[in-house]
Amino acid sequence: MAAMLPPSARNTEAWLSGAVSVLAFAIAVYLYPSVADGAVVRREIEWVPELGLNATLRMDGFAWLFSMLITGIGFLVVLYARYYMSPKDPVPRFFSFLLAFMGAMQGMVICGNLILLAIFWELTSIFSFLLIGYWHHNAAARDGARMALTITGVGGLCLLVGLIIIGHIVGSYDLDAVLASGDLIRSHDLYAPALLLILMGALTKSAQFPFHFWLPNAMAAPTPVSAYLHSATMVKAGVFLLARLWPVLSGTDEWFFIVGTAGISTLVLGAYFAIFQQDLKGLLAYSTISHLGLITTLLSLGSPLGAVAAIFHMVNHATFKASLFMAAGIIDHEAGTRDMRKLSGLFSFMPFTATLAMVASAAMAGVPLLNGFLSKEMFFAETIEQHRASLLDTLTPYLATLAGAFAVTYSVRFIHTVFFGPKPMDLPRQPHEPPHWMRRPVELLVLACLVIGVVPGITIGPYLHTAVVSVLGERTPYYSLAVWHGFNTPLLMSMIALVGGLVLYFFLKNYLARSEEDPPGLRGLRGQRIFERILVTVSWRWARSIESFLGTRRLQPQLRILVVLAFAAGFWPLFNGGFDLDLPSLERIEPVFVLIWLVGMVCAVGAAYQAKYHRLAALILMGGAGLVTCITFLWFSAPDLALTQLLVEVVTTVLILLGLRWLPKRQEKVDIAITPAARLRRNRDFFIAIACGAGVSAVAYKMMTLPVPVSIGDFFLRHAYSEGGGTNVVNVILVDFRGFDTMGEITVLGVVALTVFALLRRFRPAPDSVEVPEQQRLQNEYDDATAEREIGETLRDYLMVPSVLMQWMFPVIITLAAYLFLRGHDLPGGGFAAGVAMAIGFLLQYLAGGTRWVEDRLRILPVRWIGFGLLLAAFTGMGSWLFGFPFLTSYFQYLEIPVIGKVPAATALLFDLGVFSLVVGATVLMLIAIAHQSIRSHRVRAVEAAKAEEDA
Amino acid sequence: MELVLSLAIGVLVSSGVWLLVRPRTYQVIIGLALLSYAVNLFIFSMGRLRTNMPPIVEPGVEIDPAAFADPVPQALVLTAIVIGFATTALFLVILLASRGLTGTDHVDGREP
Repeated sequence: MAAMLPPSARNTEAWLSGAVSVLAFAIAVYLYPSVADGAVVRREIEWVPELGLNATLRMDGFAWLFSMLITGIGFLVVLYARYYMSPKDPVPRFFSFLLAFMGAMQGMVICGNLILLAIFWELTSIFSFLLIGYWHHNAAARDGARMALTITGVGGLCLLVGLIIIGHIVGSYDLDAVLASGDLIRSHDLYAPALLLILMGALTKSAQFPFHFWLPNAMAAPTPVSAYLHSATMVKAGVFLLARLWPVLSGTDEWFFIVGTAGISTLVLGAYFAIFQQDLKGLLAYSTISHLGLITTLLSLGSPLGAVAAIFHMVNHATFKASLFMAAGIIDHEAGTRDMRKLSGLFSFMPFTATLAMVASAAMAGVPLLNGFLSKEMFFAETIEQHRASLLDTLTPYLATLAGAFAVTYSVRFIHTVFFGPKPMDLPRQPHEPPHWMRRPVELLVLACLVIGVVPGITIGPYLHTAVVSVLGERTPYYSLAVWHGFNTPLLMSMIALVGGLVLYFFLKNYLARSEEDPPGLRGLRGQRIFERILVTVSWRWARSIESFLGTRRLQPQLRILVVLAFAAGFWPLFNGGFDLDLPSLERIEPVFVLIWLVGMVCAVGAAYQAKYHRLAALILMGGAGLVTCITFLWFSAPDLALTQLLVEVVTTVLILLGLRWLPKRQEKVDIAITPAARLRRNRDFFIAIACGAGVSAVAYKMMTLPVPVSIGDFFLRHAYSEGGGTNVVNVILVDFRGFDTMGEITVLGVVALTVFALLRRFRPAPDSVEVPEQQRLQNEYDDATAEREIGETLRDYLMVPSVLMQWMFPVIITLAAYLFLRGHDLPGGGFAAGVAMAIGFLLQYLAGGTRWVEDRLRILPVRWIGFGLLLAAFTGMGSWLFGFPFLTSYFQYLEIPVIGKVPAATALLFDLGVFSLVVGATVLMLIAIAHQSIRSHRVRAVEAAKAEEDA
Repeated sequence: MELVLSLAIGVLVSSGVWLLVRPRTYQVIIGLALLSYAVNLFIFSMGRLRTNMPPIVEPGVEIDPAAFADPVPQALVLTAIVIGFATTALFLVILLASRGLTGTDHVDGREP
């Protein structure tokens, strides 16, 4: 069974793909005895059992018959393609696509779950897209492939929805369950939409009118692809599905009218169009459409005999159409053109191929003693039967005969123009017989046509019966596959069709020899053009108008909508669920805390107020709010948080300070004029902000006053020491219990740092920020003016004391960082805090000594710190694998180290060291990347000055 | 105490949201910083407010969870602080790069 699943390996050799298909074929043959008497082979693999989604494979007689077609014809196509494809084409890609397609198709046929079916269905669409667009340098191939994908893809989506509705009605996606509940589905309210959606899928796939137009355009594919896709597989998927779900869906008026109308109009129109094609493959494509219409019509009738005929015709059509496509490919390959106006008299050049093509097209026309005749007879017989009293049903026999006549006409035309008549003139190549093995597949298929046509009862009979039983079950009617049924109406219809077709051809012969593509009268009505127009409307005009109506490129409205939505999302459940606020009690309030937060609130509001014109003031006020936050953490028993917040606060402030220099000057006077619209906007924003703040306040208060539920925190508290080996529970959670989260977080930190670094490498400051700041200019001017001073000396003098201090402080800070790090597992501290402290140590050197001074003396390689940290953390985590524990399981023990005393030595400490190293690296990288810009801008200035001099 | 802290969170949120929808990039970065304070405090306060009960256990003693502050929100907020710093830095750099490329500090990259 596994060999039938999509092979994912790239098969570089043709024989390998051939071997795969033969193997699959052999497996299918081997399975025949187990499905022969209506039994079903099942293999279930659990996938998402909660949703009833199992990867069920299910092989019954009908699936078996299709498997035979897919793998058998697949093998012949591989053999044929070996000779057809030119050595210049990337053949491995071709064969791997073909095999993948075969796998998808095979999967679709044998899957036993509706959802799986839809997945395989989509896979066939995608692989057919790749196959049709195989010659991607060819615009027609690209267009054809895209059209096929769009149409079948849309159909596939509809199908998925339809199948989900069916699954909903039945309560299971299992095919057996669905097949067993036909009555339930037909009487359900959702039957009509489900039917419509499924039909959308099936009719688009099988190129039924009005979705037929993708198929002729898909003829830009290499001929082996056409032979495979359009005879045995892709287009058969639609009718396969119709037949598969026939016992469930058919027999209602909706089914009859939708499927019947589509089928009969496709049958007639396809045949009519086929007559007027000048391209050999175009003719075959339209005849394929027509034959699919025939099958659809048969299925629409809702009678068991119709279903039998439909299944029979699927097989017959696959055999003769595959051989005809291959013959057309041979002609194209050997003569260099497929234009029927140029081709003629090829019989003398390739008599074998000509004979084979003649037999196959006779089968297509429905000439007696060939397989096409048998199923066509059954079709005619079915159409005469009265099924439903309606105009459509009455008309069907006449239309069927007409289409039969058309079929004869185009078959005769195919043979007569190509193989007979005068010797061909100005062909691109001198035609000759193809290589022996290239013809062999055609020979085999034509032989099948003949044998089935002459002795149907003993060749196809039992297999067809198996397939029919598996679809129809107890409703299997009596049918006869005999060649001769005596003189009856179907035979008469066949005769009329044959004679009518011949007569029609001789009338049209001269016209066709010169005419353009496409039939008279309908030339303007090209499905392709309509399709393209619709596509442009939907994907360009509508999209543009929706974008201009709903979208904005401005950030503010987007953020505003987000904020309002967030507010609404928070407000709605509270409003619905009832939200009552207890009266606040004023007992436990500490005046100091109130005072602190009064300062904090003033800071926050002040920062908000000043951020536009007084950036530095805003930054300081923001820092104030941060400090108050920090005190709050400390107040409410979170020393770790307070420590980290404090350190991060320092780094953030410095970072933004470094950035301030590159922002534009903004004076309050300049843009003081406020329009009424702007005032309105501000009022609205103010209202939104107040509402959000009030909402969050209320929720926070409510939460804080609710009694504490049992939380997982208790678990961590209890087990922190016994299992994590540390007494600082927060740190143990970070490096041990939830180590994997921390791992992710430090990765994010590293990524951000690298992004910052990468962004700043290409940093171009705005022109007005390039100049040296006023303060530095003044200092430099003073140095310049004074004789004994060098430029930069004033600045150095200024910072003399701090820079010496900082140099002395550097080891102290490193020690502090080490201390914070080591105590982290037991007392407040840890990798995060220590890392930031260490980074501050570096930072202070930069501040006091100047960028150049530090970089001359100290080589910090932050990227290596980052890499080292990440690797260390990961390896520590993986280390536990060696001892058979899951990722990041930690081990701990206390070590006696002389002088220092008892030190906890958990592997978590190593992990924390990784965290530390990464935090140092990331923070320093970001800070010095920004600090470095002032040096770079000097360089930019120097380059510009040099350029200006050169110009002068 | 809860009342004070929740009011404080509210004020921080209001200031942050107000700045978030302002047109200048610097306003937005300050706004985000204020919002992140508010959110951190909010998450932290979900563990309820307890004074003098840091989650640092005594080895070898029977542990009563009620005698300690909830460590889980604290662990969450700790990483949030560091990540918040990283995003602030990233935003600052984008702000600077955008200002350098477009010549304006308007959030849309062009003056209205």
